[in-house]
Amino acid sequence: MELFLQTLIGGLLIGGLYAIIGIGMTLIMGVLGIINLAHGQIMMVGMYLAWLFWMAFGLDPYLSLFLAVPLVFLLGIFLSKYLLYPLIEKDSILPENQVLMTVGIGMVLVELARFIFSSDYRSVKTSYSDKTIMLGNISLSWPLVIAFVIAILLTLGLFWLLIKTDLGRSIRATAQDRDAATLMGISSKRITILTYGIGSGLVGAAGILLLPIYYLFPDVGPIFTVKAFVITILGGLGSPIGAIAGGIVLGIAETFGATYISMGYRDAVGLVIFLLVLVFLPGGLKQIFKI
Amino acid sequence: MSILSLDKLTKNFGGLMAVDHVSFDVNEGEIFGLIGPNGSGKTTIFNLINHYYTATDGKIIFKGQDITNKKTFEIARLGIGRTFQVVKPLRRLSVEENVMAAAFARESTFAGARKVASEMIDFCNLTNVSNMKAGGLPIGGRKRLEIARALATRPSLILLDETAAGLNPSELDEAIDIIKGIRDKLGITIIIVEHIMKVIMNISDRIHAIAFGATITEGPPAEVAKHPTVIEAYLGSDYKMEGQNYA
Amino acid sequence: MEDKNKKSPFVTKVELGIIAFAIILPFIFDSSPYFQGLLIFVLMWVILGTSWNLLAGYTGLVSFGHAAYFGIGAYAAALPYYHFHISPWWGLLTGGIVAVILGYLLGIVVFRLRGPYFALGTLASAEILRLIFGEEEWLTNGHNGILYMTTWVSKYPYYFIALILALGAIFSVKFVMRTKAGYYFLSIREDEDAAQALGINTKKYKNISTVISTFWAGMAGAFYMIYMGFIDPEVVFALHNISIITILVGIIGGVGTIWGPAVGAVVMVLVQELFRSSIFGLAPSWVSGMHAFVFGLLVIFVILYMAGGILGDWDLIKKKLKFSRKVETSK
Repeated sequence: MELFLQTLIGGLLIGGLYAIIGIGMTLIMGVLGIINLAHGQIMMVGMYLAWLFWMAFGLDPYLSLFLAVPLVFLLGIFLSKYLLYPLIEKDSILPENQVLMTVGIGMVLVELARFIFSSDYRSVKTSYSDKTIMLGNISLSWPLVIAFVIAILLTLGLFWLLIKTDLGRSIRATAQDRDAATLMGISSKRITILTYGIGSGLVGAAGILLLPIYYLFPDVGPIFTVKAFVITILGGLGSPIGAIAGGIVLGIAETFGATYISMGYRDAVGLVIFLLVLVFLPGGLKQIFKI
Repeated sequence: MSILSLDKLTKNFGGLMAVDHVSFDVNEGEIFGLIGPNGSGKTTIFNLINHYYTATDGKIIFKGQDITNKKTFEIARLGIGRTFQVVKPLRRLSVEENVMAAAFARESTFAGARKVASEMIDFCNLTNVSNMKAGGLPIGGRKRLEIARALATRPSLILLDETAAGLNPSELDEAIDIIKGIRDKLGITIIIVEHIMKVIMNISDRIHAIAFGATITEGPPAEVAKHPTVIEAYLGSDYKMEGQNYA
Repeated sequence: MEDKNKKSPFVTKVELGIIAFAIILPFIFDSSPYFQGLLIFVLMWVILGTSWNLLAGYTGLVSFGHAAYFGIGAYAAALPYYHFHISPWWGLLTGGIVAVILGYLLGIVVFRLRGPYFALGTLASAEILRLIFGEEEWLTNGHNGILYMTTWVSKYPYYFIALILALGAIFSVKFVMRTKAGYYFLSIREDEDAAQALGINTKKYKNISTVISTFWAGMAGAFYMIYMGFIDPEVVFALHNISIITILVGIIGGVGTIWGPAVGAVVMVLVQELFRSSIFGLAPSWVSGMHAFVFGLLVIFVILYMAGGILGDWDLIKKKLKFSRKVETSK
């Protein structure tokens, strides 16, 4: 029972982080209509920035959120403005050419990181990295708890943006029906570019929150790209609430898979869920909860 | 003799009755018009006939055979061709290749498919653009390409979905000639959905009117046009006078 | 599918020239097994790229998981050897067939999906296989991989086997694209709904395209095992190094063109080796780490400026080149 609860809560905490990775992806998928295969790689950039600030100025990763996330946001803006958006009007045999572009972007980012930082594993060892807090007999990793809380705050902030601001409403409108939104006078170009920036910033933030408890190396990204689209499909395309549910389900499923099946299948759990959802519940959790 | 019969055909989209117990018989060799306001379920009926949608209830009988649960491609092979209201050209293929792809439904050789294709291209006045990529055609050409492609599958019944919409007056006359020719020269039965009164009243032998998915009336064009519910439902009560002008 | 193509003979003069050149090529590099090895890799990528191109470029089914078929082909050659000491050479018979069976089974799942969902479904399938083959050590020896003493030291036999497979792949695609099935593939690519209304059994023809495509991918995998003498799941089921590179080979050369993937394979291996060897030792050694970076830039460039790939946009490229030459002479 203790193992069960330990697993459950561990999964929930990591699920909070997955949720913000997933929200970023779901916004991008909703508005741009593409899967962003550079998602994890952009997260990697955020992690390296935070690591750099840590090494250079001893800046705490949580504080460098304020510095690194805006930089990742700008990177996202740059990528979408000059590389992704121009493709919308181009005719090509493969409708997936924007997706392929994100593959190219991912490659360049990873190789750039490898060139600058080498392939060595890095980590940020803070004073609280190994700290745990006890909840009865259940031990929780302190950085993971902080990450979970910050993830919730970020999510709330994002929902405020989506629901209360004009920008947010435009994003939601564009995600629902691009043509109708354009007819309503929304500049789909501006929204497309901003959304990619926001998605990038979110996943960058997730990476930085992971930094104290994870290793950093140039190839850290792809597995998170995969997780991101698993979450998105699980939650339902373009639904931020679905992405939260999807993130938490994935987090819990993975920790249970690792605890009760085998560590090696941890990453397979998500993929199997993913295929099952694609085939049997194509609308994702959104379809069940109508959110 | 009836070639196609709908028997209480019904389609329910999550509580919305898109098609509500519609029944009609289409006779071999006739031009059968299907009219109704926007969203009344005309295109849905087409989508049920060639099974893009699965009927909630009711039956579709084609030449004595129940085709309600046949697959889309099987229905095409049995001899029901269709055009799309929102045209679906195979954009990167030439006009000829578009029509050839359709001709392969009956022809297994290249030469055969080519021959059929060139006949249909000629029939639809597309010969001078037959090497053009379909994606580059103007709207009038695309509409005619839809017809040529459907004809190349050698159907005995063709469903024309707003083939005249968006055409200019001279294109409209051309379209009317082509549609009449389909029946008169090729001997193919036609069900036509059309908004433009000039077209549908002119060429239909009989008209079936629907509103909100349900049948209002059926009969010769002159009769249907006089039917008060049709005038009201189709044209709105304000247009009563104008509607009667068609009679 | 152009008009002139149908009248042209099945094997054109240019193609005969290319084949003749390909036969002579290894003898030119007789003294350099290194170059011969590169040529073999080019051919392997030609097979994979051509296989992917039939499915993606001609049928519109953009697979992001071609490593699944490559990997299963490699293991079809390796597993009987590992367990029963049956020669991996049988893989050149079974590799393609096993891949076709896998392709059919995965097709049951992924053909329900369209567009980006199809891409994700195929990607996930390959990833799941990678994880399973890594975990089930009793079956596959897990991450330790399977080792086999290669049959010959000389590169010649491998080169010609690869050449036969590559030509087989290219001309089987060329053949099928000149039949009714080819027209049907293109129709499905352009508009699946319209294709069905034209009486095309889209499921059947997607399966036919998949059978041909997965067969060659499996053969490429089996060949890889025989030639390299070592495989492990991370290598043969690799998302990046196999599935993605396969796509890039296709798009750089020209999606939906017969010889595009071959051109893409040459460019890809060339770029890779030029940089890996620091431009043959002429450039400082840090350049050797940049091959993937340059390849990524190349992908971005191709997608932005020549979406049809080198062969697909050949006319455009020629025009551009002519134009710039004119400008030069006018100066």
